[in-house]
Amino acid sequence: MADQTINSEALKTGDISAAVDYLKAQYPDAISDDTREGYNGIIIARDQLVEVARAMRDDLGFDYLSNAAAVDYLGIEDSMEMVYHAYRTSGGAALAFKAQTPRAQAEIPSLIEVWPGADFQEREAYDLHGIAFPGHPNLRRILLWDGFDGHPLRKDWQEAYYEEDHKPFESRWPKGFVRRAEELNIYGKNVKYPADLDLNSLADTSEESVYANMGLGVDVQQLDNGDELQTDKLVVNLGPHHPSTHGVFRMVVTLNGETVEKLEPVMGYLHRNHEKIGERNAWLHNMPFTDRLDYISSMSNNLGYALAVEQLLARGARYQPPTYRAEVVRVLMVELTRIVNHFWAIGFLLNDLGAFFTPALYAINERELILDFFEAVAGSRMMCNYMRFGGIYKDLPERIHAVANLVNDKMRDYDTMDYLVELINERIPRAVDQLDQYLTDSEIIRARTIGVGYLPKEMAIAYSAAGPLLRASGVSYDVRRADPYSIYPELDFDVAVRYNGDIYDRYLIRLDEMRESLRILRQLLPRLEVTHGEPIMPGGKQGPYMPRVPIGESYGHVENPKGELGYYVVSAGDAKGTQNPWRYHVRAPSFINLTALGQMCRGHKVADIVAILGSIDIVLGETDR
Amino acid sequence: MSQLDLRELHSTEFPVPADMQSNVAITSLSKIYNWSRRSSMWPMLFGLACCAIEMIATAASRYDTARFGMEVMRATPRQSDLMIVSGTVTKKMIVPIVRLYNQMPEPKYVLAMGACASGGGPFKEGYNVVSGIDQYVPVDVYVPGCPPTPQALLNGLIALQKRIDGQSLGNMDDVPWYGVGPSDPVPVPILGPDIIDPRQMEMIRAQAERAASGESYGTRELPAAAMDVIAPRTEAAARPAQAPAAAEVATDDPDRAEALRKREEALARKRARQAAQNLDS
Ligand code: SF4
Repeated sequence: MADQTINSEALKTGDISAAVDYLKAQYPDAISDDTREGYNGIIIARDQLVEVARAMRDDLGFDYLSNAAAVDYLGIEDSMEMVYHAYRTSGGAALAFKAQTPRAQAEIPSLIEVWPGADFQEREAYDLHGIAFPGHPNLRRILLWDGFDGHPLRKDWQEAYYEEDHKPFESRWPKGFVRRAEELNIYGKNVKYPADLDLNSLADTSEESVYANMGLGVDVQQLDNGDELQTDKLVVNLGPHHPSTHGVFRMVVTLNGETVEKLEPVMGYLHRNHEKIGERNAWLHNMPFTDRLDYISSMSNNLGYALAVEQLLARGARYQPPTYRAEVVRVLMVELTRIVNHFWAIGFLLNDLGAFFTPALYAINERELILDFFEAVAGSRMMCNYMRFGGIYKDLPERIHAVANLVNDKMRDYDTMDYLVELINERIPRAVDQLDQYLTDSEIIRARTIGVGYLPKEMAIAYSAAGPLLRASGVSYDVRRADPYSIYPELDFDVAVRYNGDIYDRYLIRLDEMRESLRILRQLLPRLEVTHGEPIMPGGKQGPYMPRVPIGESYGHVENPKGELGYYVVSAGDAKGTQNPWRYHVRAPSFINLTALGQMCRGHKVADIVAILGSIDIVLGETDR
Repeated sequence: MSQLDLRELHSTEFPVPADMQSNVAITSLSKIYNWSRRSSMWPMLFGLACCAIEMIATAASRYDTARFGMEVMRATPRQSDLMIVSGTVTKKMIVPIVRLYNQMPEPKYVLAMGACASGGGPFKEGYNVVSGIDQYVPVDVYVPGCPPTPQALLNGLIALQKRIDGQSLGNMDDVPWYGVGPSDPVPVPILGPDIIDPRQMEMIRAQAERAASGESYGTRELPAAAMDVIAPRTEAAARPAQAPAAAEVATDDPDRAEALRKREEALARKRARQAAQNLDS
């Protein structure tokens, strides 16, 4: 018995190959290696997927399902597959596994009972790829509306403005014709209708399904029994136009009196087809699009994508890793971004608590200083488009000049390093302390947040929560430490953890993380001095616009301010060498963090929903993509 | 606005003695009406995407829309005068947007902020993206940028103020909201298999029928050489609603073909040159 425990403990911390061996021994018929060129991980027969997944979780300790993405291999294998990346919250690399299905009547068993965090991701695959997930209790469209025609991420589905599979479109380059997309569509706008469209009996069914399971109507039985005070059930709609949904998010809530009984998130109001467009774009072409995912932290989105593609490029013969200078600047930008994001998140959490705009004004004020720096370096305040495969686009300038020349703004002209030193050593720490001092002990904040929106540790892991949401529930999981990238291993910082899992802790953990980021930034300052003038790209010049990306798959993930941001990219390769991703999938923390929202709100008052949502800190560009 | 400067309102035709200029103003009704409207624009608190972040930054202390009397952001459309469409308009979102617009009391203005709201922006080709808010509601000011900087947005707001200043109460085209009866609401689009604008039912039906009968469906006149590339693809894209292709749209344009041939030749020469250079280095 004792032997066995030791054995199973060893299994739970062993490396990936040991885990794979164990699974192969247990399920010899179900598991095969993924032997395609450039692929890794295992392929699991779909009829045994759930069993194997359970063994992974229970016997091998892969308790955290990070990513679940569908890929359509039309024309390559004529099958579709789901790719999963499971991690251990104790750290280590991913166990990648796949399940395949024929394209017609695509079906893969749902993993929701093993990892409830698969919920939204499976719904997304159902919506966009048309894969059914038997066993999923609520398999409905999630990003598009009910009634939409087709599954757009299938390779044979073409959008209304379709021109060609890959950019650059031949008509534009090299042929040189420019036509507005409207002129090529028979309706003159971005629509296409199926042949059997009957204009005489049009029905908009998109709203019905939203309210379908919410328990509309009064339940007389329930009103009548017992002596307690009975209240009506009421279905309330919040959003998509609502001042506290941080964009165009929508929730449908069933209330019993004022208490939340059920909450269904409804999203897709900002679904702008990031992935479909990403699969038409050239590799580098996607970089500015990643800016617009989590548009508050564009720099770190860039980094995640760069890492994913660099992993692929690294298989090529002539690949050189980023230079040290580039890595230092990358981390500098990413950590500044984290501070920007957390300022914003705290400011707007206070908005949601009713302290309308004043705390946010303080937070935005400091953010502006960092944005000035971004603007001076990258040329844009928000959409920086700064990272490149193998480095960065441009080195830091020597001086930072005034950009905004408003009446109440002094003319500015600073030495870049002086500016950074002041920012990192004085301005930001002071601002963080200020927030701490004004907010942390506020009676109102404590009353509204302590014990509200509780997310227990086990549930946080099961629901694939990430970032501050996960760590405020007592899980010390941070990709920067768990699966390190860039120069984080040589930097000295702690992973902030809090244990109460409520809104208050999520607020505090953001303060902690800002302070840890400052700690990192202070260590970067001397590194910036030392590497001054060194090349920012290997070989000292920018890489090609159309890099040849070797065939294969890769999953690159980074610790974004909002949680783990992952990119799953597949390069298919063709005779000319691939120029476009075959698959470009984004594991968006804001999207997956919302999986737990319904659970967190149950039993709280309706006014708390807004605060709980604020404490998750979502951004819709990333949620809906 | 801390102090009202009466001189701003003065109509110059009527002389007012210098010592009374800070107390008395003689002005036209239109002018004072416009002045008060444009100095108290209440935007709707309404953000769509990335641009909304810059809109918030514009409202914050550094840029401060309060200087233009625009700091009172109302969350309800029924109290707002200005809709700043700040971000990508999706097909799913256009339905609520049209409803919001219909609920705004007149006079109402729309400012399209950023590339997306003006014309679809970087996401234009997306299957869920509307190519600009002006396909559904009338727009008064477009602000370019992705995202527009706060300065650009301020410039757009000032442009809107100027536009209001130029309106005249005597001209019904300027102020249609004083016409007889309420103005018509914008019909709410329908989310069918794809978005359907009720105003375009006739056009959709006609185009679909034309396409089904193999007729040329008009509007798509492209040079022959472009059609070589595009026609097969357009045809494939439109196939669900349309059987045979509109090959007859292609016109023969020898000039264009000639230009194209020259360009190809030049490109070939350039490539050869580059290849030679690569060999050298
Ligand atoms: S114009 Fe650019 S910044 Fe604005 S919403 Fe569109 S993508 Fe975002």
